[in-house]
Amino acid sequence: MTITHHLSEPLVMAYAAGTLPEAFSLVVATHISLCDECRARLGAHEALGGAILDAVLDAKDAAAPASLAPDSLAATIARIKAMDRTPPTPPRPPRTGLFPAPLRDYAGDGPEAVKWRRVGGGVRQAILPTGRGATVRLLHIPAGSSVPDHGHRGTELTLVLQGAFRDDSARFGPGDLEIADQSVEHTPVAEAGPDCICLAATDAPLRFNALLPRIAQRFLRI
Amino acid sequence: MTERAGAQDDWNDLMMRIRDDRDMAAFADVFRHYGPRVKGFLMKSGAGSALAEELTQDVMATVWHKANQFDPERAGVATWIFTIARNRRIDALRKSRRPEPEDLPWGPEPEPDQADAISLQQETRRLGAALAALPKAQRDLIERAYFGDLSHSEIAAETGLPLGTIKSRLRLALEKLRHKMS
Repeated sequence: MTITHHLSEPLVMAYAAGTLPEAFSLVVATHISLCDECRARLGAHEALGGAILDAVLDAKDAAAPASLAPDSLAATIARIKAMDRTPPTPPRPPRTGLFPAPLRDYAGDGPEAVKWRRVGGGVRQAILPTGRGATVRLLHIPAGSSVPDHGHRGTELTLVLQGAFRDDSARFGPGDLEIADQSVEHTPVAEAGPDCICLAATDAPLRFNALLPRIAQRFLRI
Repeated sequence: MTERAGAQDDWNDLMMRIRDDRDMAAFADVFRHYGPRVKGFLMKSGAGSALAEELTQDVMATVWHKANQFDPERAGVATWIFTIARNRRIDALRKSRRPEPEDLPWGPEPEPDQADAISLQQETRRLGAALAALPKAQRDLIERAYFGDLSHSEIAAETGLPLGTIKSRLRLALEKLRHKMS
């Protein structure tokens, strides 16, 4: 898999710091599952988190240590002894379908396990259940079809899992991530070949330019 | 106990003794160094003192229980404990799930490569030194991004700086760190 469109620096940092909404974290974790380069960048950012934790800092620093309760160590050892009887969680089984492990936890092994809903123009989607702050959905776009022309109020992340799409600026194939902010107005078109399957997260409703999709939007929850 | 901050190889040694020998004295040393740091991290994320204490004990008990997953070739002790504390925070304070990347297909190597672990320790030491050498304002911004449980736009709201300024300052601070590392 040759990936040319990667996570941005602020996205890697926010995922390492743990401040992204769940929907964005799902897209980031799925991309990292496919992309060794971004996995290494995540490692570097987590090392920075560790360095901050380890640094000797003055009390005014954001990362200053806090004093523990007097019996803290004893209480922790008691906790350890109580937990000794709980069985360890088994490791995740290896991938069998199209979806990497983080996505599989939300949507099953692959597209055949997804409960798709038609949204017009042959496009199908499935909204995945996540916490507040952003939403994420799977999109199935038949080869050669387009997603209705839209702009954004917030940020939209689109990760290609199968097939490819093109928009005004570039081509996005498997593993590629498109990051579109509110300045982007685009009409992604799926290439010929296998149907295009994407994982897309947004932190604000999409803004469609044509009237019909705008009405449809209320029902599609995108 | 003597202050051993920055002596990453010592912490790695202690963590290996916890992992391989289930050494409770080594755990007590790791606890005294990292426990207060984890608690500070959780309080900066908005936990009150009692909840932060509770979660810290939980994080440190997890350090003991998941010690078999500690791999000094992949991450130093501080990094590894940071990720455990971060995940506990997301779970307990944000009440949200954290999707984790797939494990690497090749898994832990059967014969650990000492050289990899040592070079990672050296990198980590240099990162710590580079961080300490940053101007206070830049270091503060990075610390807030990791420790405050704040998104970049929330940092903007808190500091009164425009979001674009926060983002460009963070980028500058990271570039400076990279420059010091190379």
